[in-house]
Amino acid sequence: MAETAVKPALEPGGTAATAVAVSIWEIFLEFLIIGATSFGGVVPYLRGSLVTKRHWIDDKEFVEMLSISQSLPGLNATNMAVLVGEKLRGPLGSIAGILGICLPGGLLMFTVGIFYHHHGEHVWITAALKGVAAAAVGLILATVVSLSKKSLSHNFDFVFMAMTVIAVNRLHLGVPRTLVVVGILAILFHRPRKHQKESAAQ
Amino acid sequence: MNQIPALVRVFTYLSILTVGGGMAAFPEMKVLTVEVHKWLTFPQLIHLYSVGQMAPGPNMMMIVAIGQWAGGILGAIAVLIAFFGPTAVLAFVVARAWKQLENWPWRTSIQQGLAPVSIGLLLAGCFTMAKGAISGVETGAIAVGVLLILLQYKINPALLVLGGAVVGVLSFMPK
Repeated sequence: MAETAVKPALEPGGTAATAVAVSIWEIFLEFLIIGATSFGGVVPYLRGSLVTKRHWIDDKEFVEMLSISQSLPGLNATNMAVLVGEKLRGPLGSIAGILGICLPGGLLMFTVGIFYHHHGEHVWITAALKGVAAAAVGLILATVVSLSKKSLSHNFDFVFMAMTVIAVNRLHLGVPRTLVVVGILAILFHRPRKHQKESAAQ
Repeated sequence: MNQIPALVRVFTYLSILTVGGGMAAFPEMKVLTVEVHKWLTFPQLIHLYSVGQMAPGPNMMMIVAIGQWAGGILGAIAVLIAFFGPTAVLAFVVARAWKQLENWPWRTSIQQGLAPVSIGLLLAGCFTMAKGAISGVETGAIAVGVLLILLQYKINPALLVLGGAVVGVLSFMPK
């Protein structure tokens, strides 16, 4: 974003495992296309484009990068752009990726924001937005359900989930304190155990 | 124009909270942008977020609109950099370190432990939003309808949010 002044890093990206060198411009363009077409959630589009179409990363790398993206602060979409860009072309690749994926949606929401500011009070827009907001709540709930099915590894995890919700919404502890307190408890609960060590390291 | 330092501060802080997704930061976003700085109202925040679900790309691009309202084009750019810059740098640094930690047993513990907390944050954000978005039987029915359809069928969520707009116009237009 602001890091446009970064010097061109042309070192052949220490970790690049792809046979063909990918140019910064290609990275930008590919993420721009993803950023402009990924309606309804970025992850499937990322996979289709980076793994299936371009072969820039394989499926195993994709899953690995996605799990890193999910454990870190930041949106999956932008974290993935940074990770894939880094793998292909180092720092400049990351910048190209994140710029590309943010640009279309950013310009769109900039325009929508101006329009909404001026016309948001119209009756039909108010009515439509009431429906849109309710639908968005349903969408987030569906995400909660599908993530729970996919990424929870123990039934006790639902207790940590409930603790998080109560800490934020009832006790108003704030997200940072909740994250630290419940996060540490949950990580300790999932602490490495001796017999798991081999499987944990794959 | 002097809203820009505040915008940068708020959105840098919010960016660090987005563990597991943008919605994790929603409760604090409401407090800071609506109650503390009064850049917009709670219904406006909900509307922008929801409309943002129909836009392609990262699903928190609605922050651009908040920046634009509070500080014009510069505000929009400042918000983008503040919100995506720090986490991008962090992801970049971690990506390099993470590979070396492949055999560190706590790596799996961290991933398994953060999973329920990040889903909990998502749910907490959802409840915060529902307080403003669900106001009666009709809006409740739309939310439950979308939830059930998504659990049952493979359909693009953006279409369902668009469908919510159509149902909204049909049900909430004053006759």
